[in-house]
Amino acid sequence: MPALIIRRIIQSVLVMLTVAVVAFTLFRYVGDPVSQMVGQETTIAEREQLREDLGLNDPIIVQFVRFALNTVQGKFGISFRLGRPVNELFAERLPATLELSLVAALFSLVMGIPMGVYTGLYPDRVLSKVFQTISLIGISLPTFLIGILLILFFGVLLSWLPTFGRGDVIQLGWWSTGLLTDSGLKAVVMPAFTLGMFQLTLIMRLVRSEIMEVLRTDYIKFARARGLTNRAVHFGHALKNTLVPVITITGLQLGSIIAFAIITETVFQWPGMGLLFLQSIQFADVPVMSTYLILIAFFFVVINLIVDILYHVVDPRLRFDESVVLSH
Amino acid sequence: MPEPLLKIEHLGIEFHTRRGTLVAVDDISFDVLPGEVFGIVGESGAGKSLTGQAIIGLLEPPGRIGAGRIFLNDQRIDQLPYHQMRRIRGKKIGMIFQDPLTSLNPLYTVGKQLVETILTHSEMTPNQAHQHTIALLDEVGIPAAEKRIGHYPHQFSGGMRQRVVIALALCVSPSLIIADEPTTALDVSIQAQIIALLKGLCKEHDTAVILITHDMGVIAEISDRVAVMYAGRLVEVGEVRDIVKNPKHPYSQGLMGSIPSLHHKSEELIQIEGTMPGLMEIPPGCAFHPRCPHAFDRCRQRRPGLIDTKPSKVACWLFENEDRSGNT
Amino acid sequence: MKSVLRIQDTVYRFFDSDIWYSFKKSKVTIAAACVTVIMILSALTAPWIAPHNTFDPATLDLMDAFTPPVWYEDGTPKFLLGTDDQGRDIFSTILYGSRISLFVAFASMLLAMILGVTLGLVSGYLGGAIESIIMRIADVQISFPAILIVLLISGVARSVLPNVRHEEMAVWVLIFAIGISNWVHFARTVRGSTMVEKNMEYVQSARVIGRRRAAIMFRHILPNVMGPVLVIGTIGLAVAVLTEATISFLGVGVPPTEPSLGTLIRIGQSFLFAGEWWIVIFPGVALIILVLAVNLLGDWMRDALNPKLR
Repeated sequence: MPALIIRRIIQSVLVMLTVAVVAFTLFRYVGDPVSQMVGQETTIAEREQLREDLGLNDPIIVQFVRFALNTVQGKFGISFRLGRPVNELFAERLPATLELSLVAALFSLVMGIPMGVYTGLYPDRVLSKVFQTISLIGISLPTFLIGILLILFFGVLLSWLPTFGRGDVIQLGWWSTGLLTDSGLKAVVMPAFTLGMFQLTLIMRLVRSEIMEVLRTDYIKFARARGLTNRAVHFGHALKNTLVPVITITGLQLGSIIAFAIITETVFQWPGMGLLFLQSIQFADVPVMSTYLILIAFFFVVINLIVDILYHVVDPRLRFDESVVLSH
Repeated sequence: MPEPLLKIEHLGIEFHTRRGTLVAVDDISFDVLPGEVFGIVGESGAGKSLTGQAIIGLLEPPGRIGAGRIFLNDQRIDQLPYHQMRRIRGKKIGMIFQDPLTSLNPLYTVGKQLVETILTHSEMTPNQAHQHTIALLDEVGIPAAEKRIGHYPHQFSGGMRQRVVIALALCVSPSLIIADEPTTALDVSIQAQIIALLKGLCKEHDTAVILITHDMGVIAEISDRVAVMYAGRLVEVGEVRDIVKNPKHPYSQGLMGSIPSLHHKSEELIQIEGTMPGLMEIPPGCAFHPRCPHAFDRCRQRRPGLIDTKPSKVACWLFENEDRSGNT
Repeated sequence: MKSVLRIQDTVYRFFDSDIWYSFKKSKVTIAAACVTVIMILSALTAPWIAPHNTFDPATLDLMDAFTPPVWYEDGTPKFLLGTDDQGRDIFSTILYGSRISLFVAFASMLLAMILGVTLGLVSGYLGGAIESIIMRIADVQISFPAILIVLLISGVARSVLPNVRHEEMAVWVLIFAIGISNWVHFARTVRGSTMVEKNMEYVQSARVIGRRRAAIMFRHILPNVMGPVLVIGTIGLAVAVLTEATISFLGVGVPPTEPSLGTLIRIGQSFLFAGEWWIVIFPGVALIILVLAVNLLGDWMRDALNPKLR
């Protein structure tokens, strides 16, 4: 197993390097950093001087290494649009996005798995048809529309929940949390629901199809042939086998949630990284764009690593023989 | 003549599809005596597996029992509701399937699967069940049983896995085991061992076995009596010795003639012309008549019932005059 | 003559097949198909059936802005579903907007399909280094959500192209971006099928005869692996529609002078509180219906073509 971990870590580093290259290319070659930073009146000579000072005339490799080292130390440059260091901007925004994402992920898991199990075990019951309809709606409704409909209903018509923003926030050192205040909790409900809805649908469908597949296997047939109770067959055998691939996919989806937060944050004016990134796209604020890219890639890579390890812990077949092909 | 353990009377299995109702098993009747090894032999698609599934109540929809009755110890079991049948499965009737790898849940240790089955059907304490499990594994010939109880299925070889499967089927001492192609998925060298094991264990526990297979050699090895199935119908039933040495039905003759023998001088292997008809194409009268060298008019018009020509029963008009059951 | 007979034969076989049977049996699917057809037709014929040409600034009058739908007191039959903040008729804009949404979705889906199928065929058939490279890229790309990729490409295009050109090119940039973000599913499926087909006899025979590799891949293998591609295509279409709507909603999609359904919703959101709900709700409903219908069709196709579930 340690060999496996090392191998995965090396793979992760390679991926990060590739992303770094892409980010660097963006950073350096898309648009002209100098013209973004200075006004119209600056002379050509002054621009050249600036170029020299910023090290933009050095060989590419040197620039890249400098870029990489800076990144690792958290020096992401200065935002074209806001004129502030990028890492400050992200430090402010990161907690908002992460809290929202985690609440959304939790919501989708806690609701999605039971719904999926139910519709898989009892596909012909009325409640299953209801769940199936919900899932269809969840997949057809774009995230932003769900958000808007919620705002219309609970915010405008019923006035139960706030229609934008994060509510009151408590500072814990470098982190700011909205989960400990009343208004903060109310503010996170609709965005988390919106963000988690799509995931919930995905999880539900996945669990359903997995469990239906599992119920057709020989070992389930054999379990029934041995006279095991329905409870033992469904929850002891079928469920455990179903959850194994579900864990993987859900874990991978976490990264997706963080990215999809862009949309939710836009709809609800939630002060997170996603909104920052979107604004950077609209204004071609390259330092922010490339930093977001690197951060997201980092999250993805770390999550993938954790999920991989988890998978090996849970499925005994993988623990002993690396080359065993999973028959899922 | 001891009372039969299992009585099958005029069993019919049908499938309802959009093209109409297909009859897969058509009016078969036979008895199984306590402790005997009863073989059911025939080609793929003849209906043997379906018969086995029907007996244990695990016919999968759209298949269903369309006609007939099944009695276990004089209790009618073909119409029992699911939860009552569940108590019979494992405890009174066991079943083992073809592929030992897919028959075992890959995520649970072998010991857990055994203990679970024992605890479901008996009043033992977990500790007692644990001890019993070790004894069982020992009995089926798994070395170092105490250690291997904590191993997972993929850590066993094919033959060992099938032994585990047999242990699972026998663990609460059912009076009947249905073995559906138990050796087909195994290496030839292992097949003989498993067959011998099955026979030995069943004799010791006084368990009857219905051995379903297409391999006549296996039947000849360990069966006491055998039924030959063709196109969903029984064509001959009797003692193995009689049927192998002196097959009466032309199809049985073909089957026996196709077994290569190391003992006799090499003669040509008999091959029967044509193939078994599919469910949609069963001809009127005797299902075998298109391929039968002895067919005459009656065969094409009326389907022969099982004629009791002691010592065996044949469904063939050729033997009409030998009917010794007292009916004309 | 032969080709006519073949078509006739195909038609008869289609109506006799399991696919048609399951289609007829599912009333929901029929309804979905009808709705999809209606929407697609109205979108295509928008320039002829729309009451107003909302893209022509000359026809707009700010005095008409914020007219409510016709069943309100202030409504008029001229603007059936009301107008937005610039005086554009909502009904017409929905028609034109659907047109753009569908165009972008189809075009990007086609791009993704062509790219993905080709790469899948090539990597499945040729194997070796080519396959490794393509599949590695696919693996990396698939772990990133498509939205991000589309956003990035849009962002890059925005900073590279000068403003005016960007307006003109926005639709094409969008098609390119969405297409690029979706090729992986096609490629993977086709690669898998190709690897299976590769070992079949008809391929061996073609090789023995000496046909060129490209011919083998595209004339022989391709028709046999197209089945699942169509199913992915339908699902992908729904995804493409949603993606375009989302990107436009975020403000980095189609230019604001040619609004798609997503753009309309974006505009409308700001006026929700003021009570002018129709600017948001009607385009929203249109979008939902369109995507729902395409999804249902895709679901049904998947079940019908899946041999395991028969």
